[in-house]
Amino acid sequence: MNPRPGFVLEVDKSTPPILFHHGEGFRLERLPAGRSRVIYAGEPLKALKDPDGAIRDALEHPVDKEPLRALLFPGMKLTIAFDDISLPLPQMRRPDIRQRVIEAVLDLAAEAGVDDVHLIAALALHRRMTESELRHAVGDRVYDAFAPDGLLYNFDAEDRDNLAFLGETEKGEEVEISKRAAESDLVVYVNINLVSMDGGHKSTATGLASYRSLRHHHNVHTMQHSNSFMDQEHSALHSANWRMGKVIRDAGVKVFQIETTVNNNVFGTEGPMSVLQKREWEWTARDRASFLAMSKGLKHMPSKAKRSVFNGWRAPMGMTGVHAGEIEAVHRLTTADVYRQQLVPVEGQTDILTMGLPYICPYNVNSVMNPILVMCLGLGYFFNMYKGRPLVREGGVLIMSHPTPWEFHPVHHPSYIDFFEQVLAETTDPVEIEKTFEQGFAEDEWYRHLYRTSYAYHGVHPFYMWYWGSHALKHLGATIIVGGDTRAVRRLGFKPASTLQDALEMASDVVGRDATITHFHNPPILMADVS
Amino acid sequence: MIREALSGKRIAITGSTGFLGTALVERLLWAVPDCELVLLIRAGRSSSVERRAARELFKNDAFDRLRAALGKEGFEDAVARRVQVVEGDVSSDGLGLDDAGRAALASCDIVIHSAATVSFDSPLDGAVEVNLLGPVRIVETLHDLGVNPHLVAVSTCYVAGSRRGDAPEELVDDSPFFVDVPWRAEVDAARRARTDAEAESRTPEMLARFAKMARDELGAAGTPLLSAKTEHQRTRWVADRMAEAGIARASSLGWPDAYAYTKALGERALVETRGDVPVSIVRPSIIESALAEPKAGWIRGFRMAEPVIISYARGLLTEFPGVPEGIIDVIPVDLVVGAICAAAAQPPPAEPHVIQVASGTANPLRYRQLVKLVEAWFTEHPLYENDGQPIAVPEWGFPGRGKVEGQLKRAKNVLGRTESVLSALPLRGRQAEFSANVESKREEAERALSYVELYGKYAECEALYGVERLMALWAEIDDEDREHFAFDPHVIDWDHFVPHVHLPSVVDQARVKSTPGKKAGPTREVRLRGQILSPDRHLAAFDLENTLIASNVVASYAWLASRRLSRQERVRFVARTLAEGPRLLSLDRKDRSDFLRYFYRRYEGAPAEQLAEDSQEMFSALILSKSFPAAIRRVREHRRLGHRTVLITGALDFVIEPLRPLFDDIVCAELSQTRGRYTGELIDVPPTGETRAQAMASYAAAEGLSLKESVAYADSASDLPMLEAVGFPVAVNPETRLAALARKRGWLVEHFDKAPGGPRPPLPLARRRGATGPGLLESIMNKEPASSGARARKGRR
Repeated sequence: MNPRPGFVLEVDKSTPPILFHHGEGFRLERLPAGRSRVIYAGEPLKALKDPDGAIRDALEHPVDKEPLRALLFPGMKLTIAFDDISLPLPQMRRPDIRQRVIEAVLDLAAEAGVDDVHLIAALALHRRMTESELRHAVGDRVYDAFAPDGLLYNFDAEDRDNLAFLGETEKGEEVEISKRAAESDLVVYVNINLVSMDGGHKSTATGLASYRSLRHHHNVHTMQHSNSFMDQEHSALHSANWRMGKVIRDAGVKVFQIETTVNNNVFGTEGPMSVLQKREWEWTARDRASFLAMSKGLKHMPSKAKRSVFNGWRAPMGMTGVHAGEIEAVHRLTTADVYRQQLVPVEGQTDILTMGLPYICPYNVNSVMNPILVMCLGLGYFFNMYKGRPLVREGGVLIMSHPTPWEFHPVHHPSYIDFFEQVLAETTDPVEIEKTFEQGFAEDEWYRHLYRTSYAYHGVHPFYMWYWGSHALKHLGATIIVGGDTRAVRRLGFKPASTLQDALEMASDVVGRDATITHFHNPPILMADVS
Repeated sequence: MIREALSGKRIAITGSTGFLGTALVERLLWAVPDCELVLLIRAGRSSSVERRAARELFKNDAFDRLRAALGKEGFEDAVARRVQVVEGDVSSDGLGLDDAGRAALASCDIVIHSAATVSFDSPLDGAVEVNLLGPVRIVETLHDLGVNPHLVAVSTCYVAGSRRGDAPEELVDDSPFFVDVPWRAEVDAARRARTDAEAESRTPEMLARFAKMARDELGAAGTPLLSAKTEHQRTRWVADRMAEAGIARASSLGWPDAYAYTKALGERALVETRGDVPVSIVRPSIIESALAEPKAGWIRGFRMAEPVIISYARGLLTEFPGVPEGIIDVIPVDLVVGAICAAAAQPPPAEPHVIQVASGTANPLRYRQLVKLVEAWFTEHPLYENDGQPIAVPEWGFPGRGKVEGQLKRAKNVLGRTESVLSALPLRGRQAEFSANVESKREEAERALSYVELYGKYAECEALYGVERLMALWAEIDDEDREHFAFDPHVIDWDHFVPHVHLPSVVDQARVKSTPGKKAGPTREVRLRGQILSPDRHLAAFDLENTLIASNVVASYAWLASRRLSRQERVRFVARTLAEGPRLLSLDRKDRSDFLRYFYRRYEGAPAEQLAEDSQEMFSALILSKSFPAAIRRVREHRRLGHRTVLITGALDFVIEPLRPLFDDIVCAELSQTRGRYTGELIDVPPTGETRAQAMASYAAAEGLSLKESVAYADSASDLPMLEAVGFPVAVNPETRLAALARKRGWLVEHFDKAPGGPRPPLPLARRRGATGPGLLESIMNKEPASSGARARKGRR
């Protein structure tokens, strides 16, 4: 049976309670009949039957580029850069797509007698990946062959000696990336394209870039002019990366781009989690029972145990496409594959947008979803999952559900803790924050040290999280968090509500009694095409 | 009459910096314009007598009206003109006077002796030296000088002893109840008691006991601090012993305490040795705040009734012994001053005579009435808890002393036991503060008990002090004198005096919280933090364990040692380490640096390079995971303010190496190496205990920084030397002992916590590495060299 596409459900009296993700837990909420609708993602697309074959084929028959084999020669400098721990979400079952692709590339390299190979996790200002995370991404075999001699490593955006300045774009944006990549005869970029923002020139221009470069597009102005940053035609972020991509290309850096896409089979079709990607009225008695058991079980688990259960989940997602070759051409095909899975047409905007935030976002894999990440996931990511117009009208209300605990990972997010305690205690205005605080955090020696030698996100990273939500902050009339830690929610500048009913009542002060409601039923990931 | 008689006279006064003495000096300067004063003042430890007089006497608000009348400069001129300050001490022979002092004393027409040790629990020999021998020394000095001024000696009504019934104005030995003991023998006995107590306190058993007490209080604080504390305990023990001896001797002879006992014998000795010196004895009862002069309610110091009243108002003292119909003989200070002036103005008497200044017979205040007035007043004007809640005063049941003492003793014992149980537990932070609270509650109970023991006797005393001579004197003087030197106890309206004059003044003096609501303005904590984070500070020194991170040297060793172990080896390792735990703990409690030396020996043979690499991983896996983000933020704040930041820790250099960028400097332990391996021996004395204070001092000296202007953060009593060395100590998550000390000394206490939600490995073991190499204690890793081409091939499937 072919997968059913995504669709919009009008809520009536017979509609059962709707699933809201709620961190490491769930809520079932009844939405008001007659004025509510629910957007569902399409069912998982069929995965490629022979992914390795497809990869080999893509390497042999690239788009607008010679086959990879023809680009490899003995004595060359080859750099394989790959997406970091933030992709895909959640982590996928072994073997990871990156492992498949990298092994295929290394096969060809070995055949061509290439001796000088570096593998770099293109993590920009993200935290370094741990040994076990790297092993998961590239496989033990690759890891053991390269890591012990320092040939497989995390990119270090603060290693001044190993960065190369390549010039400026026509808008004066500086481009500075990994020196090894810049000086290689060929860069092979191995991407997993989860959402439409990923990939293309952004892979190299962002993933291998330093703060000097990133600050030109990771800022409030760019974010407020990306409507949305998920929509390439209307994204200032996208344009900036494309301008930088040209500078990189003009500087003579040859990139062989390999992009892959996955289906949205994150919870599987078997087991207790599978219920999460079914539509509520189609739940069987067995589904209901297992959901009930799961919810009850989670309720009584300590939060650390819950976290480790969820962090241990590996998604059975399958590869739906692989394209290799020239960056822009490849990315057009990739984007089409992403849209094929994720795009759901939606008619018109809504007054109130509701969403249940899950336990994971790109920046808390094997970590803690701290309040700043809650803000970023809701107002940054989910809010921006649209083409055309935002799902919620200007001045409308966003209601998110998440426990928003006042919790932080001390190793991964040290600057977040200080950002929360010092910056947000003073102001939540992104413009003000950028002006007053960004530089201090970005150039802080201690954060630099932790980013370089420990597993910390860069000092400036929490600012980017806040900027990510700045378009939504400007657009929305109010933001309410259901079931969150009251103090933490207030610190974010949002309003806490204990139930969805309370939140809807509070929202009526802003948008009136008969406001329309749209629930963004995500994950599995979907993107709304709003007319 | 009084004015005329005293005018133009030179009057010597002892005890002028005391409560009564201050009021006396003021009155003479105020009411007798042209008399001159010679004040015998004991030199302070570091200040001259002139300085003491200026600071402790003339600065007092008693002189406000004089200052207002004369202006600031006029007042200073008057003092300079009319007052001569000489160094003198009634507890040393010849009064410790130099020639100028002797000349000054010799020139006086009147000597008013009001110096006394009034504290009710003063050591026996101290009370004897001042109260008993003081008057004798004065007359002997006067004999020596060949002069016979009129000596007015201030004594106390309570020389009559603990008894019921009339106590008229007669010499002590005229009373049929006086047990006549030879006062010289009492002096010798008191001095001998001191020698005996000193000798006993120096026996090995006692010294061991004091050393144990010091260790119990401070923990492993290092030899210098523990020795100082031990000596402190010893002197305190001797003082307690002497106070006990005083009370015991006094009650064996029928006096309530050493004060009354030594005063009584002092009178006796004075009369015996007076020679040709004319003597008047003035005996006030319990002196309390002023009725009208120098201003209503004026009081100096925290006196007998005040602590009891405040303890009651704070709800600490729920019962106080006393007979409801008994008389509390209280007399306002200005009435006593009036009577002294009147006595001094009398022609010098041929025979010593006694004037009592008391209210009990003329205008009695019953205990029941007093309690009622106090209760009513505090019900209307309650004191407040720190959170702004008013404190309800208990209803007094007039129980017997035995019952109250029993109650308090039981409370004290229960609290004492709770405290010792709590202090044996390894508590930290808020729990430790709770335990410190128990300690302060126990101290409160102790204090209440000592009030009851000391003052209970007075509340139960039913002697009636006759005032016939006082009233006769009152009858003689004219209206002008009556206005300036009032001393008639009939004028006191108790219902007015207690609630409107005395209690407001007591509350004011006690600096207790007497207004509702939370304290406005910054809390003490905020203020202290402000001082600590002022740009004026020089240095901020930090301890590591439990100050910056919730981990210790054992945990880091366990982590490093387990990083390269196989599964079975890990199990064995954990079992072995756990088995060793108690021994390590007790060693650590005894002496930190011995413990470190012993413990670090297990690094013997460890490969240095590999440890450095593993420590880098441990930084994330253990140290940062267990770090206190707020503490790290604090270090950075200090640094931003331009303070020099230093980490001073007994941890090993390779362990804390990754923390180096956080600080300007690090002082830590280092192991010596041979051929790339550690020997397990420390290069230097590890910076713990007093060594740490020393390290900090030499660091500060070398950098030209002042420790007085510096801040130190630490968590345990073993860090006391470091905390005490600086001007701004901060106790971080203090364990019980330090929490108690910090509370007593008013130090800032910070509660730094691990990041909520962070990983909490139950055991400090490294996650098994993907590929295990040889272990920490085994050998270095051997790598096989390979080209990356081969690697590319190896990396193929």
